[in-house]
Amino acid sequence: MPGMTLTEVGAAFDEGALTARELTEKCLTVARQNADTTHAYVTLTEDEAFTAADAADERIKRRSRLSILDGVPVAVKDNMLVAGIRATAGSHIITNYVAPYDATIVSRLKAAGAVLVGKTNMDEFAMGSSTETSCHGPTRNPWNTEKIPGGSSGGAAVAVAEGSAIVSLGSDTGGSIRQPAAMCGVVGLKPTYGRVSRYGLMAMASSLDQIGPFARTAEDAARVLSVIEGRDPMDSTSVDLEPSWKVPLRFPSSLKGLRVGLPKEYFVSGMDSDVERAVRDAVAALENLGAEIKEVTLPHAEYALAVYYVLMPSEVSSNLSRFDGIRFGTRVAGASLEETYRKSRGTGFGKEVRRRIMLGTYALSSGYYDAYYLKALKVRRLISNDFAQAFTEVDVIATPTSPSVAWNIGEKFDDPLAMYLSDIYTVSVNVAGLPAVSVPCGFSNGLPVGLQLIGRHFDEKTILGTAHAYEHAAGLREQLSSPTSIK
Amino acid sequence: MKLSIEEVEHIATLSRLELSTEEKSAFASQLSSVLEYVDKLAAVDTSDIEPMAHSLPVRNVFREDEATACGDTVRDALLKNFPERQNDLLKVKAVFS
Repeated sequence: MPGMTLTEVGAAFDEGALTARELTEKCLTVARQNADTTHAYVTLTEDEAFTAADAADERIKRRSRLSILDGVPVAVKDNMLVAGIRATAGSHIITNYVAPYDATIVSRLKAAGAVLVGKTNMDEFAMGSSTETSCHGPTRNPWNTEKIPGGSSGGAAVAVAEGSAIVSLGSDTGGSIRQPAAMCGVVGLKPTYGRVSRYGLMAMASSLDQIGPFARTAEDAARVLSVIEGRDPMDSTSVDLEPSWKVPLRFPSSLKGLRVGLPKEYFVSGMDSDVERAVRDAVAALENLGAEIKEVTLPHAEYALAVYYVLMPSEVSSNLSRFDGIRFGTRVAGASLEETYRKSRGTGFGKEVRRRIMLGTYALSSGYYDAYYLKALKVRRLISNDFAQAFTEVDVIATPTSPSVAWNIGEKFDDPLAMYLSDIYTVSVNVAGLPAVSVPCGFSNGLPVGLQLIGRHFDEKTILGTAHAYEHAAGLREQLSSPTSIK
Repeated sequence: MKLSIEEVEHIATLSRLELSTEEKSAFASQLSSVLEYVDKLAAVDTSDIEPMAHSLPVRNVFREDEATACGDTVRDALLKNFPERQNDLLKVKAVFS
């Protein structure tokens, strides 16, 4: 049963071959079996899941399913709030925090009948590219448990890859959905900034954060997007969707008329040769499907990571000031109020979180603001303009998702800059607020490689359609359905 | 940009973060290497470029200035998350001494 798509689950429900309770039990069993190996979850919500599954089974019997997600086991990253359930974001400072209300995406999932099976592991407050900075310990890659799963949404990617959830939700600030999707061999979508409400998502960098789905197929990712997207009065940056932005129920299998751009700045150096080969083969497959391949230029591409590592920590330093041990979370009492802040934050936050808070504080401090923060905001405009220019010539931009496959656990843990460089192909998408999807495009040493497809603002339709056509042509589904390292 | 231990201590104070002695020296070199990397931005000509704070042209989203009650369930859940409380009040250190 693990490895089923939403269409297959729906058909099995309709035929009476499978119940929501059975599927939920199966997913929870996989999650429990792998708890000590992949460690995808920090909290399993079994009681709530079975209650939701039984309610869904009643509707399935009456042939009145609420949506394509009705009765479907879904996992949610631990930085999103589910009322009454612990939400730790992988941090000691809020290990005992119980969410007082549902995030908007969670209320939408519930209203669609989805069965929430648990909260998935992540880098602390989504800061990391490997899911190693979690206070709950690392998550491991189901293709090789000596390897990292990518991050920060590593647990949510693993949940889908191992089959402990049919689909899941992660958050992506600089690649945190796409990079783990690539490393675990699943599809991961970062929607356009503003497409999905962030209400109830713990803010990391508010101008970059976006929630999106992990799924087995591009079509499934599109269906989850349809459930969670749309304006929310509780998030003033979410927008009303125009009808032409909607994703269709079915995608065409030909890519005739599609123009795909390859940024020349991305195919230079620093990329594993196996990754480059898999991505170039995938691009050749797009051409066989009828797409026209063109070289494009993104002249400021080399500055994207620097822009990101100024803007993101600046926003982090501001957003994380709320974690001070006063109204919620762990309080470590000091002699004065200020000492209470320092001790609570000093012991509650891990090293990477403190490094980023300090970087941001420095970049925003008096005397440095213009050189760092303001400068980065200006270069951000140039990066965004580069994409706008490229999208006058092409409809989709294709790149590797990550310059390498999954690395060994511990390998880059004490070298922040080396870790940051692994986000080189994904961060510019957040800087410009664009949508992008990572779709599996092959293997290197038994580890999955991802192809990233970037689109125009709100044109998820085109990138998901391209990913769908590619999936069919590539025929990797069988190979991707059973990761080698787990039961 | 190379940070000294004193500068790291100053930033830690601004950030309200306690650091151990070993952390101070590790952070000094790790933060310096990131700052050296981002210094490449200085090479970009940004004269006449408007800073871009946001990727969408969304401006001034208003709602009526009216309080909306959260309901007792949410209120109780918020109170339960208090690290220290006295009945329904949040207990804190004295702010003014």
